[in-house]
Amino acid sequence: MLPLIGLLLRAPWSTAWHELTSTEALLALRLSFVASLSATGLALIFGVPLAWIYARSTFPGRNVLRALTVLPMVLPPVVGGVALLFAFGRRGILGQWLDQAFGIHLPFTTAGAIIAETFVAMPFLIITVEAGLNSMDRRFEDAARTLGARPWTVLWRVTLPLVRPSLVAGAILCWARALGEFGATITFAGNFPGRTQTMPLAVYLALETNPDAAIVLSLVLLAVSLAVLIGLRDRWLGAS
Amino acid sequence: MRGRFLGLLAMVALLCAACGESTPAAATSSTLSGSITVFAAASLTAGFKAVTSKFHHAHSGTTIDFNFAGSPTLVAQIQQGATGDVFASADLPNMQKLVDAGLVEGAPTVFARNKLAIVVAPGNPKRITGLADLGRQGLVVVLCGPTVPCGRYGAQALANAGVKVAPASLETDVKSVVSKVALGEADAGIVYVTDIKAAGTTVTGVPIPDGQNVVASYPITVLKGTRNSPLAKAFIGYLLSTDGQNALASFGFTSP
Repeated sequence: MLPLIGLLLRAPWSTAWHELTSTEALLALRLSFVASLSATGLALIFGVPLAWIYARSTFPGRNVLRALTVLPMVLPPVVGGVALLFAFGRRGILGQWLDQAFGIHLPFTTAGAIIAETFVAMPFLIITVEAGLNSMDRRFEDAARTLGARPWTVLWRVTLPLVRPSLVAGAILCWARALGEFGATITFAGNFPGRTQTMPLAVYLALETNPDAAIVLSLVLLAVSLAVLIGLRDRWLGAS
Repeated sequence: MRGRFLGLLAMVALLCAACGESTPAAATSSTLSGSITVFAAASLTAGFKAVTSKFHHAHSGTTIDFNFAGSPTLVAQIQQGATGDVFASADLPNMQKLVDAGLVEGAPTVFARNKLAIVVAPGNPKRITGLADLGRQGLVVVLCGPTVPCGRYGAQALANAGVKVAPASLETDVKSVVSKVALGEADAGIVYVTDIKAAGTTVTGVPIPDGQNVVASYPITVLKGTRNSPLAKAFIGYLLSTDGQNALASFGFTSP
């Protein structure tokens, strides 16, 4: 609690609005929202099928693969960033090919920042959705199938609606983590205002030149996190 | 429960004994002991480590810990109350911030100078010959951010050469620029001569002519509130001595 109170006490309330609407802060805010929402979108596209595979199928090496997928949760984000460079960098395994075949260069681009955020945040979505899939009553799916529903219909009309609370909770957790991402982003995507300088990077740099701006930006992140936690609590209470 | 409490007490007592060592027992005697923490600009990393190992030969039983980062980061840390004994900045303005805030003891001394160079991939595959080439289309250039000394010096050098560069990234310290080039993500960057020397064979350096180059001065001083002023002063004294200057020279620094 104390660090939060410290932040609130030091906040320059009189100039807060001015700091927040400065060009650099606005660029960082906009970029952060675009990147974190895109990362959440990517995580939904890739994470939900993965969660479904982990929850519903058994195959050799499933546990190992599952552990590897959620590894970014415990990996220091800077290490994650270096790993991303080795994969998607100009000399990376896939990056080399992307560069030669399509001229796509991910580091130092907003797309790179989005990939870094997805890499770090997607596990939060996967494990939440997987838990939801594991704990749902599968008899509803069986019933739908015996009534002649096709697999896709079962998925869209029965499974996904049933795990909706975990889908929403997972997506929000994932988004919040993406919003706060620092280490992997600065390592993989670098730092350039409006392109890869997200809020946490802007806070880090502003701390050195303009501490007031850093505090105001931190408070915005704080407010968002608080809103997320309160929102999730209501959801969990509502579900029980 | 009680045993655990006693154990905890013993641990606290041990810890206190350990921190007691760093208090200036040496103030009265002539031998140095204890430890200091030196806050130093990232570009000093290799040079300071070499100097320290030589310093240890002369004064065994002392410990010198380092906190290397971009100069403004260090200034912010010290201003927020981080405890250190010595501060070495890569430029005068960052040092001046601490002097103005009354956080240093005595006047800072310039102990080394440095110059800029262009860092490129080993063997210089893009055939970069000078600052003018950095404006070339399609070249991925990373620079230090405007808050770090190397960023300001770099901008000055580019202005001297009359070159406009669209950097891909503004890194938070000089070592990040070197590593982005060493990893092959960037084609070129502007760093210190000493960083290229320290990076060995992972990168190649392209010199910048003196007419365009900027000389960086490194000031050093003892921080207010040091708990081991004799050792802090001895370390600075050693840096300024012939031995210290020679050690720094082998990393590309020049004497003030």
